[in-house]
This record gives sequence, C-alpha cells and structure tokens, in this order.
Amino acid sequence: MLKDRLFGWAMAVGGIAVIGALLALFLFLLWVIFPLFTPASLIPLAAPAARVEPALHRSLNEYGDLEFVVAADGSYRFAAAATGAERASGSLLPPGRAVPVPGLTGYRNHGVLALGLSDGRALLVAPTYRSTFVNNIAGVTPSLSYPAGREPITVLPAGAKLRALAAATSGASTTIAAVSENDELSMAYLAPAAGLALDPANVPLETTLTLLGKVSGPVTHLLVDPDQQELYAITARGEVSFFDIRDKAAPRLVETTRVVPSAVTVTDVRLLAGGNSLLVGDSRGWVSQWFPARDQTNARHLTLIRTFTAFATPISWIEPEYFRKGFVASDLAGQLAFYHTTSERTLLLAPTGLGEIAWLAMSPRASALTAVDTLGQTRRWEVLNRHPEVSWHSLWEKVWYEGRQQPEYIWQSSSASSDFEPKFSLTPLVFGTLKAAFYSLLFAIPIAIMAAVYTAYFMHPRLRTIIKPSIEIMAALPTVILGFLAGLWLAPIIENHLLAVLALTLLFPLSVLLASLLWTWCPARLRALLRPGYEVLLLVPLICAVLALSMAASQPLEALWFGGSLPRWLNREFGFTYEQRNSLVVGIAMGFAVIPNIFSISEDAIFAVPRALTTGSLALGATLWQTLSRVVMLTASSGIFAAVMIGLGRAVGETMIVLMSTGNTPVMDFSIFQGFRALSANIAVEMPESELNGTHFRVLFLAGFVLFTTTFFFNTLAEIVRQRLRRRYGNL
Amino acid sequence: MATSSDGSVSSSIKTWVGSGSPWVWLAAGAVSLSLVMVFGVLLLIASNGLRHFWPAAVAQITFNPGAGEPLLGEIADRESVTAARARESGGRVPAGATRVDRLLIKRGNRDIGGEDFRWVNVPDIQIIDYPADAYTVERLEWGNLYGRIKALREGRTEVPLAELSARLARAAELRAGIDRLQRVSIGAANYALDAVHRRQKAERKAGTPPGSQSVLAAEEQALRARYEVLTTELQASITALSRDHLLLETVTGETREVPLAKVVRLYAPNHLSLRERLSHYGAKLWEFISAQPREANTEGGVFPAIFGTVLMVIMMSVFITPLGVITAVYLHEYAKPGPVTSVIRIAVNNLAGVPSVVYGVFGFGFFVYLVGGSVDRAFFADALPSPTFGTPGILWSALTLSLLTVPVVIVTTEEGLSRIPRALREGSLALGATKAETLWRMVLPMATPAMMTGLILAVARAAGEVAPLMLVGVVKLAPTLPLDGNFPFLHLERKFMHLGFHIYDVGFQSPNVEAARPLVYCTALLLIILVMSLNLAAIRLRNSLREKYHAAE
Repeated sequence: MLKDRLFGWAMAVGGIAVIGALLALFLFLLWVIFPLFTPASLIPLAAPAARVEPALHRSLNEYGDLEFVVAADGSYRFAAAATGAERASGSLLPPGRAVPVPGLTGYRNHGVLALGLSDGRALLVAPTYRSTFVNNIAGVTPSLSYPAGREPITVLPAGAKLRALAAATSGASTTIAAVSENDELSMAYLAPAAGLALDPANVPLETTLTLLGKVSGPVTHLLVDPDQQELYAITARGEVSFFDIRDKAAPRLVETTRVVPSAVTVTDVRLLAGGNSLLVGDSRGWVSQWFPARDQTNARHLTLIRTFTAFATPISWIEPEYFRKGFVASDLAGQLAFYHTTSERTLLLAPTGLGEIAWLAMSPRASALTAVDTLGQTRRWEVLNRHPEVSWHSLWEKVWYEGRQQPEYIWQSSSASSDFEPKFSLTPLVFGTLKAAFYSLLFAIPIAIMAAVYTAYFMHPRLRTIIKPSIEIMAALPTVILGFLAGLWLAPIIENHLLAVLALTLLFPLSVLLASLLWTWCPARLRALLRPGYEVLLLVPLICAVLALSMAASQPLEALWFGGSLPRWLNREFGFTYEQRNSLVVGIAMGFAVIPNIFSISEDAIFAVPRALTTGSLALGATLWQTLSRVVMLTASSGIFAAVMIGLGRAVGETMIVLMSTGNTPVMDFSIFQGFRALSANIAVEMPESELNGTHFRVLFLAGFVLFTTTFFFNTLAEIVRQRLRRRYGNL
Repeated sequence: MATSSDGSVSSSIKTWVGSGSPWVWLAAGAVSLSLVMVFGVLLLIASNGLRHFWPAAVAQITFNPGAGEPLLGEIADRESVTAARARESGGRVPAGATRVDRLLIKRGNRDIGGEDFRWVNVPDIQIIDYPADAYTVERLEWGNLYGRIKALREGRTEVPLAELSARLARAAELRAGIDRLQRVSIGAANYALDAVHRRQKAERKAGTPPGSQSVLAAEEQALRARYEVLTTELQASITALSRDHLLLETVTGETREVPLAKVVRLYAPNHLSLRERLSHYGAKLWEFISAQPREANTEGGVFPAIFGTVLMVIMMSVFITPLGVITAVYLHEYAKPGPVTSVIRIAVNNLAGVPSVVYGVFGFGFFVYLVGGSVDRAFFADALPSPTFGTPGILWSALTLSLLTVPVVIVTTEEGLSRIPRALREGSLALGATKAETLWRMVLPMATPAMMTGLILAVARAAGEVAPLMLVGVVKLAPTLPLDGNFPFLHLERKFMHLGFHIYDVGFQSPNVEAARPLVYCTALLLIILVMSLNLAAIRLRNSLREKYHAAE
C-alpha cells in the first residue's frame, strides 16, 4: 500500500515538475522582458556639505566618484564627489593674465571645456582621468590637458568682448564659436597646419577666424555639434540661427526660426548625445527636441520633433547623457526628471529636496548624478536607468528618428558608431511575419482544404490509405531543407520563369476543369476504365504536363511580350522592384510546409462527419456535391477553422524558411516581389550577437515573447474549437 | 443540326456544372498538385544528392576561333535563357540573338584561374570531346584540378608513372597516420597538459604546500617531454609525406606541380569501366559519411555533423523519455479530471506548436547564461573569465530540444494510455493488484509502443530542428567531437556540428555556394532519410498499436 502511495506521489511530483518547467518557460521570458518597462530610480549617495561658490563648470568622471569644478576666478579643483575632499587644484590661467568672463564657458559636455577670457580670447581645457595601480589598489589620477595648446586663442575681432562661447573638438581639429557683446558671431577653426611637419606628434595648429555676421539679439546659448558640422546661436526669446559649418571657410546661415511662442523664454539649450538634436528648455517647464530634417526639396529645416511637459515651473538645467539619447532636466522647484527622446518616456519625476537647481552633472556612463542648488547644497545619486530606449511607443508606433524626414517604423538594432540611435520598432518585423503568413496561407489554404475534401469524401478508400500519409509525412520534412531549396533552387527558377509561375495559378485550375469537361464527353467505355475516386491518378500526369509546358513556354513568351525579362518589365512599367528572394518564394515554400498540417486536420474533421448525416442527405435526393457543400462542410467547418489556425501558428513561428528564402531586410512593403524580415528570423540572426542583459537582448526576448503568445493564442483557439467539435459529434 | 449540337453541348455543360463535377475535379487537382510537389521535392533532392558521387565526365571544350581559350571541366548545368536575362547576369550575348543556350562548366583549377564555374554560350563552341587521358585530381585545398598527367617526381628525380598508385597509397597512409597522431595522441597530450595547468592555477590560488606543486611540475615536465617526442614524430611524417610530386598540364598548356600529399583522389573519369565507376561511387559515398569536412565544409564528409546530431538526439532522448512518460501517466492516471487538468492538457498540446526559435531564446537566456553562468561560478571559477558551461554547448542544446519535444512524448503516451481498454485495468484491479502494480505490470508495458512512437516522433522533430540550435550550441566547424578518448569522455560543454545547420551554413554562408551546392543536396538527402525513416517507423508502431487494442476492445 505504501508502495502504491509512493508510486502515485512520484508520478505526481514528476508530472507537476514537467508542467511547471514548461510554465517556467513563459515566466522566464516575462522575467527577462520586465526590466524594459521599469522606470528609472535613484539611490541616494553620500554628498559633501553645502559650499557656496559661483562655479563656471562642473563635471564628473566616468564612474561619478570624482568631480571637476572650475570657479569664477579661473581656479579649478578635482575633488572626491562623496566628501568634497580635494585631490588636485590650481589655476587654469597663468598668473598675471586675463581673468575669465564670469559665467561664461563653452561646450559643457564631451570632455572639452572652452573658457572665455575677459580679453576676448578663449582657452580650451579638458579634464583627463588616468587609471593607476598603486600597491594593487586601483585608483584614478586626474590631470588637465589642453587640446588646443596652453596659449589662449583669439576668437573675436580685436577689441570685442565675449558674450557666449562654444567649442567642439574631434581628432586634431577644433571649432570654437563666439558671440561678442554687440552680437557679432565669429568662428575660429583650428587644424594642423598644411605641409610637412618635422615632429608628427607636435604639428603646429593653424587658426582660421571667420566672421559670420550679426545675429538677431543677445545670444544666451551657443552650440557647436561634436562633428563640427552645425552651429546654433539661440537668444532668450527663442530665435535660433542655424548655421551649416561643414565648409569651415564658408559657413552658411541655413535658417533662423523661433523655437518657443512669443510669451515664453528659453532657459536652457543643450545638444543631445551625438549632437544632432537641440533640447530646448523653456519658462513653461517644457523641454522640446528639435533637429534639422530634410523636406521634399532636400532643404534642411529645424523641426520640432517632440515635447516633454512634466514640469510646471521653468526648466533650470538640462543634462544630456553622453552616449544614449536620454537626458535629465531640473526645474526651479527643485524637481528632477529623466527623459528619453526616442521612446518619449518620462522615466522618473522626483523632488530632490533642493531649492532651485543650478547645476546637474552626470557621469559619462550615466550611472551617477550630482545636483547642486543655488545655495550650494549638493545631492548625489546612483542612477538605475538601464533600458530607457524602449517604450510602447518606440516598439509599435511610428517614431521620428534623428536625421529622418518623417516618423517611420524602423528596425535597426546596432551600428558601428557609439552615438547611434537604436531603432527598436517591432512593427516591421511583425509586419514581415504576417506578410509571410499571409502569402503562405494564400497558397496553402485552397490546396490543403480542397485536397482534404477530396481525400476524405471522394477518394477511394484504398487509395486514401496511401495518399493521406504521403502528404502528412511532409510535415516532418526539416524546414531547413525547404528553406535551402526555396533560396537556392526555387528562387532562381521563379526569377527566370516568373511568367509561368504567375500563369500557373490560372492554368492549373483551368486545365483541370477542361480535363473534367472532356472526360464527361468521353465515350462511356473509356470512362468506365477509371473508377470514381481515382481521378487523382489521371490528373498527376496532366499537372506535370501543364507544369512542363508552361516552363518551356515561359521564356520565349517573355522574350516576345516583355522584352525578355518580366521582372525588368514590371519594374519599368509599374515600378515594382523585384528581389530574387521574395515573398512569392516564401509563400510557396512555407505554404508547402503548412499544407500537410492544414490538410491533415481538416481531412480528419471532414472524415469524422457522421455517416448518418451524409446518407440522410443523399437519401433525400441531394447529389454528392450538394451533400458535401451543404451538410458536410458545414458540420466540419469548425474543424477546418482549427486547421487553418494551426497552419497560421506554424507559419508565424517558422524560422528557417523565412531566414533562408528572403533577403531579410526589414521593409514595410506588401509587394509580393519583395522580401521582408520576420520576427523569428530576426531572433535567430541577432540573438547570438546581442549583449547579455542589454536592451537589444531584452527586446529580442520580447520578440520571442510576442511569437510565443501569438502562436499560443492561435493554437489554443484551434484546440478549443476542436474540443467543442468533438463534443458535438459525440452527441450526434 | 448545328443548333441541336450546340444545344446538346450547352446542356451537357449545364449538367456537368450541376453535378458538381468541376468542383470534384478541382479538389482532385489539389490532391494531385500536393502529390506532385511532395514527390517532386523528394525526387529533386534524391537525384541531386545521389548524382554527386558519380564520377562526372570531363569535357574538353574547344571554342570557335577568337571566342576564347579551350576549357577542361565538368558540365554542371545547361540552360536556355532569353538574351535580356543572359545580359543581366553578366553573360556575353551574340548580337541579334533573342535566346541563348549556355553551359555551366565547372573548370576547377581555382588556384590558377580564380573562378570555379563559368557560363559558356553553346554557339561559341566548336567541339566538345571527352579525352580519355583527362584526369580529375581531388585535392585537399583549392578544389579539383583538371588536366593531363605529365610526370611523377620524387624530389627532383623523375619516377615511372606506373608507381603512381603505389605512391598515392603511401601518401594516403602517411596522411592518415599524421591525422591520427594529431587528433588522438597530440590531442590527448594537450588535454592532459591543460588539466595540469588548471590544477596548478587552482593550487596557487588555494596556496597549497609547495610539495604538491612540485609533483605537478614533474607531471608537467613529463607531459612536455611526451609532447616533444610526438611533435618530432609528426615532423618526420610530414617530411616523408612531402616527398612526391605530380606534374600536370592544364588544358591551356600550363604545368602545375601538385604534391601527392595534397591529392585526395585521382582518376580519369572518361576512361573508367562500370565497375571502377561503381567502386568510385562507393568510395565517395563512404567518404561523405565517414570523413571530416574539408575546404570550409564544401568538400569531404559530414561525419562530425552526423555524430553531433545523433549524440545530441540520444542525450535528449535520455531526458525526455522518463519525464514525458511520468507526466503522461500523471495526467492520465492520477490527476483528477476537471477544468485544471484539461487546461494543462491544452497547454501541453499547444506547447508542441510554440515556434522552435522561442525555445532557442529560452535556452539561450536560461540554460546558457543563467544556469551555465552559475555552474561556471560554482565549479569552474579557475577558468573564468573564459566560460566553460556559460556558453552554448551540446548539453544546453539537448536540454532545449528536450523542452521542445517533451510535449510530443506526453501527448503520444497519453493517447496510448487512453487506448488501453478499461476492462483490462479493471480485471487487474479485481484480481487484487494495487493501482501501482496495475500501472507498472499492465498498463505501462502495454503502452510501450505508444511511448516508442512518441520518442521516435520527438527524435525525428529534434533531428530536423535548426533554429533553436543556432542559439544554444551548434557551430559550423567544431575542432573536436563531444565524445572522445580523454577523460571524462563525454564533454557536455563542447559545441557540436549538426546536419541541419550544415545545410544552412554551407548553402548560405559559404563563399562558394555553387561549388558547395551538390554537397548540400547530399546532406539534405541524408537528413531526409533519417527523419523520414524515423517517422515511418513511428507510423508503423502506432498503427500496430491501434490494431492490437482494437482487437482487445
């Protein structure tokens, strides 16, 4: 008896464990996806005591444990961020030289800092942090470097005084833009002097000063993008002068626009990581993103892309991240908000306990944040903000990505450049999956269901025992083989015989109908040779013959009517682009893969219709066909529906066929002559290359989850319908 | 007369339509079309796959004057295309022609001419003949070489050509010896040396007394000495192997010197008797099944892929058979029938329909990173940061495919259990057997064919799956098999090769798809035979089971 109990328990434990493991699959997917949708959070860190100082500049090192502060008198210090303990200090200016213009620094990001001097010149400084190992303890040694030399650079015509300054440096060249107090804009460009240098490590820099003319009012914000291609001068009233400075010798004013309504003033402007977008903070508490977008005539216009409106009081500071397209903003009431542009997410909105925030500094890894208010109080946080790029909006809706003409659905998960804006729109992938399923079902459903009808209802029983398994066994054919055949064998054939393939959709039914008509006119003696239920055998050679004939006729006819190449002709006449590995190929190959599934289940459903129903109908005088169409099909319809659902489930999840027989480009085009990129193929291609627990990794899991739930839904629907069907037949 | 005939035609069409006959015929047409497709695909793969091993005739093509240098090679394909398409694909088209007949010539000699394959327009050809003295030389590198044999050399001295076959056999033997030496002996020495290094590292970390370290050092010394001996031996073999050279003349008159060391096989295909052809076919077929791949998998055999597929599937069977059967028994015999059980049943049913790539995603995240990463931290911390189990491998593949296929076993076994007549069970219980005894002695043995069916179906499905394996452990070329002579013999963490992935990789990732295509057909045929025979066996078993209990009811 004990043995019996134990056996029962063992079975129960084992059974429940396996079912649990399968359930765990679902939960694990959710567990990986979940962090994508969590908001950002801040963990308070120790902060130094309040210290009132009018600082010109404040930034953090990579890990956020050291800060670099430049005071108004030109002195600087490196200090531990947590305690304020000084690590190094000094003055940026040699003694007895000009003092910096109070409150005037250039580009505050990307490491380089331009300091305006009261004599109208500028000095470029960059804090550098070197990792050191002393007695096996890792440490960081801060120091200063001067990317453009220690000698201040003349950035304004003689005698003018600085109002605003901006700088960008990359490689050997540097651009410094400046506005004088009488609103004259000028630009200094520093590049290695042409000609042979004796010492390649120390090529003298050549400075070119270019005057850009007068701007419309007192400039409060001046910005140069890190690639030194665009220059923006913004006044407090929100007038932006947008210059194209790609040609350093001849900068060009592209346009002047207003970025805020007339009653509103601009309070802070920064460039988003990568330098392609402006983030404009205003007195309403809004932050709006603008970038130059091309219009139909290919002219660039500064365009409002999106606005973030979480605050009610004016923006006091905007601090973009260094590598991602996110930023932090603060308002006069001492609140903080984390935003991300691509996903349009407000990741966090939190009070800081500070007054009006005067400074925000974020570490380059976006893992630490320091806020200082006007009273010199400091707060520090560790930032947990791992996946700001993803939101419902960025996954499923049209997103206006930087540099694009309009909002679009784009999947482009990785690129070589570090300030690349990842484009995680699942829409084109889902579209590709549905397109594949649509074309393959378009091909499979008519063939599979008609074959099922014939096999279950008309075919001779002896033939049926052979033919049914022969079609069914194709469900077991490895799809990698179908994919290989589709991509390397079928695709070139279809391209070369497109006319035949298109014509066959009509020729097959027509030739069968013609054969049927001719058959009725045949002498009865001949007809008697073929027993009913064996028509299939007669039609196999016919179909082979039609296939062979149309293949043979295809090219001569294409030469005759379409200039030798139908794909070319279609392109010329209708503008269709023809890819060799297209949806037609996928439709046929995947249709081939789902035919056995649909066929088998619908054949079972039709065959299971109780004999009493059909014999009753026949007894009442209905013909075989009438019985079939009015009685059998109606009874079996839910079974056939289930079969189609199962076929759909298989088509949606199939990977190898779509991977091998399309070009895998994520385009949103329903044309049958173009390829697509399906969810499943995308996972198979990109998953091995994604970074563990990165956003891309989790988005691919999300794609897997979407596939899982979609197919699970279709299969469950089919299963429920089938069970209901079984119950109904039980009653009959 | 005419009207009456018209009337009879139209009335007969009317009755034809009314009888539903067109629909019946259309439906029959759908069946025929399915059959044509099914058997067409099988025939296509079989004919392409089986043809590959037959010694292809070598044709010498002489062009019309001015149309190019002569070619020697196999005729791989022939087609007739419209002029526009020929032009599109970069072919030369004679002026005024609307259609072009052309031949695809596999001309080999990749090291000389660059391209392997070349389209040739038929009108340009003056004559095609099949010279008896044209040889096909299968080489280890650079593909086939087609040419005529001029001389055989040992070093600088010429040797009579009669010795060719003996010397080829010697080279083959030496090559096999070198291969054995490298793979088995040197492999084992390397493996042992690695193990010693790992232990040394671990002991240094743990700070064990220097005594045991010196033991390890001595062990290392001995292994290094053995390694030295083996490499000297290897060097000697390699020198001996590079003794002979074959001088060949290509069709354009260039002379090529091919070391016999690099010659896999050499034959004059136009000159072979039927028996020689058959034995050539057999040898090539055997090579395909038993040898290692060459030239980025486009030549040689697929033995590691067969081995990997079979081993992975066996490992998977070990996991799924008990688990699937236990779950089925639980669901069918122990779980109370009710909404929960039927929901579970639907869920299990549907899991069989979840896309395989989703299982791959799960295996990648869960097994490889989560479980594998933890195993590494717990047991293989010495080797970190290079992962041992925290990277795709055969164990994770087998587990992932277990999840994928266990629903198949569950569903089939349950079906088998439900087919066992109630009367038998009740009889057993009435005779005083407990439930466990009834199950163990009666029900399970009777359901064995159903379990076997489920297992075979699961194996057939697993053998053909590729998508999940791409994420959890398959590679294009594995340096070592997951099973070898080094302790612990079965290396669960190793990556492996797989027939299905071989098809994908060679067909789509290989730089020379045209040359690789015949081999892909062979692999596809092999895979189809494997999967189809498994499925047929399952169908047989299931049918016999049905009939058996049909009689008992």
